[in-house]
Amino acid sequence: MFRIDFNKLRFLVCDDNPHMRRILRTLLHSFGAREVYESEDGATALEMYSHYVPDIVITDWSMPIFDGLELAQMIRQPESKGNPFAPIIMLTGHSEKRRVTVARDAGVTEFLAKPISAKGLYQRILNVVANPRPFIKTKTYFGPDRRRNTSNAYIGPERRIGGEVEVLQQPSLLDKARSSV
Amino acid sequence: MAIDKRDIEIKAFADHHVITQPNPLRKVLRRIAEKDLDNLDDPVARAEKALAGLSGEFKAWMAIEADRLSAAHAAILSDGFTEEACEELFRAAHDIKGDAATFGYPSAGAAAESLCRIIEHAPELDQVPSNLIAHHINAIQAIVRERTKLDNVSVAGELSRKLRGVADEYLTHANRDRPEHLEAILAPSLAPAD
Repeated sequence: MFRIDFNKLRFLVCDDNPHMRRILRTLLHSFGAREVYESEDGATALEMYSHYVPDIVITDWSMPIFDGLELAQMIRQPESKGNPFAPIIMLTGHSEKRRVTVARDAGVTEFLAKPISAKGLYQRILNVVANPRPFIKTKTYFGPDRRRNTSNAYIGPERRIGGEVEVLQQPSLLDKARSSV
Repeated sequence: MAIDKRDIEIKAFADHHVITQPNPLRKVLRRIAEKDLDNLDDPVARAEKALAGLSGEFKAWMAIEADRLSAAHAAILSDGFTEEACEELFRAAHDIKGDAATFGYPSAGAAAESLCRIIEHAPELDQVPSNLIAHHINAIQAIVRERTKLDNVSVAGELSRKLRGVADEYLTHANRDRPEHLEAILAPSLAPAD
């Protein structure tokens, strides 16, 4: 059993809704976090990301101008001077399978469908802290390994070539999003 | 915690690279023996208690969210379905979809989800029967304002279910020649049940 020293973690929270930011701040501080930086849009979040170098990013999806998906894509730039590896937790009211897939393909590490719960948020944070996945870089993708199940049967066009198949024993992002929070 | 790029290991394969590094967050993990768990404060319980402490504000927050939705709708009635107005209507409804259950108004969240589906999947928003959108917004307002008067579990729940049924019927018909939308409309939500 693991516990997290939240007081050693630095969070960046990005949500355009002030009520949700307040809830997130309350939950993170209750877990023990001291450093919680907040932004209300993706552009400001990206600036804060470079400036504060957070350990974990928690972002909404739907925001004006520069949304959470674009924020994830901007962070996951392998050649950037900043840290492209930080865990990104997408906390969103979007709850459709298609959305989970799009978020995953943008490099999002964990997906948490609203309504939020303390337990769901804690579990996602514990998972990114305790079970980091290797990163994969292809022509079209840079982000955490998207393979999470034991099936070697996938033969689609995006099948990676070369090397032994290494499969991480974790539930898929979709299954986790479906599970009760 | 800063990443030391010297610790990063990159393995090259035919069409991809696998990049690994020592867990940069390992220093914040503490292993706890099962026997010691009872003596520790549970962080989840502590956070739930803090969230409960905020609950006195939820009614006012919900009213603000519902008013924002009504204002977005009023802008559409006044200026038409401009891109900006439609985006604001969607964002307002989408926020209620995500927040309402936390605030204690799950039926308002369900009605807002139904409205989001209309905005997202209607082929032409200005062709949607105006009553269909108005009924959703009025229902959300009623659920929020009359919460203490309504038998909220049965009436509000029934109201949002009926709205969803009518909206789904409209969307299924309107998207009969748009299979990608039809698939999304008929797919089950991933959001946990109330």
